[in-house]
Amino acid sequence: MKIAVCVKQVPEGNRRIDPGSKRLDRSGEGALNPFDAHAVEEALRLKEATGEGEIVLVSMGPAKAQDALRKALAMGADRAVLVSDDAAAGADLVATSHALAKALEREGADLVVFGQQAGDSDGAVLPAAVADRLRLPVVSQAAEVTHADGKLTVKRQTEFGYDVIEAPLPAVVAVSDAINEPRYPSLKGIMGAKSKPQETLSLADIGVDGLESHTEVYALNDPPARGDSRKIDGDGNAAQAIVDFLAEKRVV
Amino acid sequence: LTTLVFLEHHNGELSKGSLGVLAKAASLGDDVAGLIAGSGVRDLAAEAGKFGAAKVYVADDPQLQAPLPQPRVDVLAQVVRDKGIDTVLFGNSVLAADVAAGLAARLDAGINWDLTDLVEEDGRLVGKRPALQDSVYVDVGWTTEPRIALFRSGSFDPSESGGSAEVEDVDVALEQHSTTARMIDQAHEESEGPSIEDADVIVAGGRGLGGPENFTLVEELAKALGGAVGATRAVVDAGWYPYSTQVGQTGKTVSPKLYIACGISGAIQHKVGMQSSGVIVAINKDPNAPIFEFSDLGVVGDVHEVVPKLTELVKQRKG
Repeated sequence: MKIAVCVKQVPEGNRRIDPGSKRLDRSGEGALNPFDAHAVEEALRLKEATGEGEIVLVSMGPAKAQDALRKALAMGADRAVLVSDDAAAGADLVATSHALAKALEREGADLVVFGQQAGDSDGAVLPAAVADRLRLPVVSQAAEVTHADGKLTVKRQTEFGYDVIEAPLPAVVAVSDAINEPRYPSLKGIMGAKSKPQETLSLADIGVDGLESHTEVYALNDPPARGDSRKIDGDGNAAQAIVDFLAEKRVV
Repeated sequence: LTTLVFLEHHNGELSKGSLGVLAKAASLGDDVAGLIAGSGVRDLAAEAGKFGAAKVYVADDPQLQAPLPQPRVDVLAQVVRDKGIDTVLFGNSVLAADVAAGLAARLDAGINWDLTDLVEEDGRLVGKRPALQDSVYVDVGWTTEPRIALFRSGSFDPSESGGSAEVEDVDVALEQHSTTARMIDQAHEESEGPSIEDADVIVAGGRGLGGPENFTLVEELAKALGGAVGATRAVVDAGWYPYSTQVGQTGKTVSPKLYIACGISGAIQHKVGMQSSGVIVAINKDPNAPIFEFSDLGVVGDVHEVVPKLTELVKQRKG
């Protein structure tokens, strides 16, 4: 089975929006979106269960996003494809889904795996958008994924509990961050990642003329002030301090 | 504006979240339409009328029985095109997020998500979007129509206006790819014990408890305070505690007078389910846990030490 895992590089540490461009500042160190590590892990487990197949990482982002992809390669993915183009900077959801779908079409994977959401934009919207462009079934919030006879069986969580959904391959699935515990790359994995293929493609390479975003950012504002927030040490007096606080707030 | 609100329903009732969005849409001025998609759902249209819809499009078809997103994308795309809808609004849910995103791709339409408000400013629609763990509030907009907006859970309360809606049936024509995913077993909400949504006090536990056996600490504190027990998704998925107690994006949205978070880091998925609580107390040994950023009182310490002592003191006080 060929599995494509869509991953994203997100800024590491404290994130900020650049006041000039009103875009997320991506100039600093980047990290693999933590939610995507679960997607990579699930793909590795599916591949290991069958003992064959290929895992290709598909991403869009600045050229240095290859560093984040290398971390996923060190976990065990086989190769990486990065769509990187100045014209793609600041692409919104609908534009990003268009470019990613084109890159995925080129791969023709049996299964496309996403993490639950992006750690920077908190969006959980890309998988269903990409699935629509690819005209493939999609299942989100997967808590358990099994594969047999060209079909995927997914246990997934909604507001009402757990659904079980079946979909034929090829399909798109977005896994929750509770589905597995991502492995740490081994030293061998880290060394091996350096020689795994990492391709960088322009928009033209994937047959995209230009990307048009349909949303914009008008202004950045400070969050509304919230009441006093106190922080105390959890020493021997902490429990008493909590009780005093609750009494002061009249909630006990 | 010609606004359409996606009206989600469960067990024969329209969801509170989508009725809240309907109230918001109606407050923007023009007549608002709602869309109900499902099987045997025609009676819900009258309910939508009472809550502010002037018109309700009903897609009633056995193929829409299961709450799967892709058939709903087909229905919405057709209505938006045929009726010249310029703005489509959704209250967030697992289903609504997938439908909204699929619709955005289908129509090549701009989508803004996690909005907490929508206002008209300088003749344009502006969405209010808390971003980066709510550290910055971003004003967002759309450059083209139709606009798609997905609102954070609990952003608006429903408002019963007592009106009635004109009902229009819409034909259901599904695309091939939309019918290939099949619901094998649909979730049934467990209904044992009182719902935590009604509790005045919630004591919730997360992974920081260390193991399912330590939930007794949380239970005892909840009992002492006369409250209910909540849990994070991580511990529910790990099987430590039942799903019916889960607070957060795919669980319950709660707003008790007091919320005590024990060993909970405060990931955004959890936060959206409890941030409107009156007083929030967090106990966590990691001083950098995000939960401290939205707690009224943060205690940097070990839940295994602090919580039992707290339970004792509360008992003494009440005793």
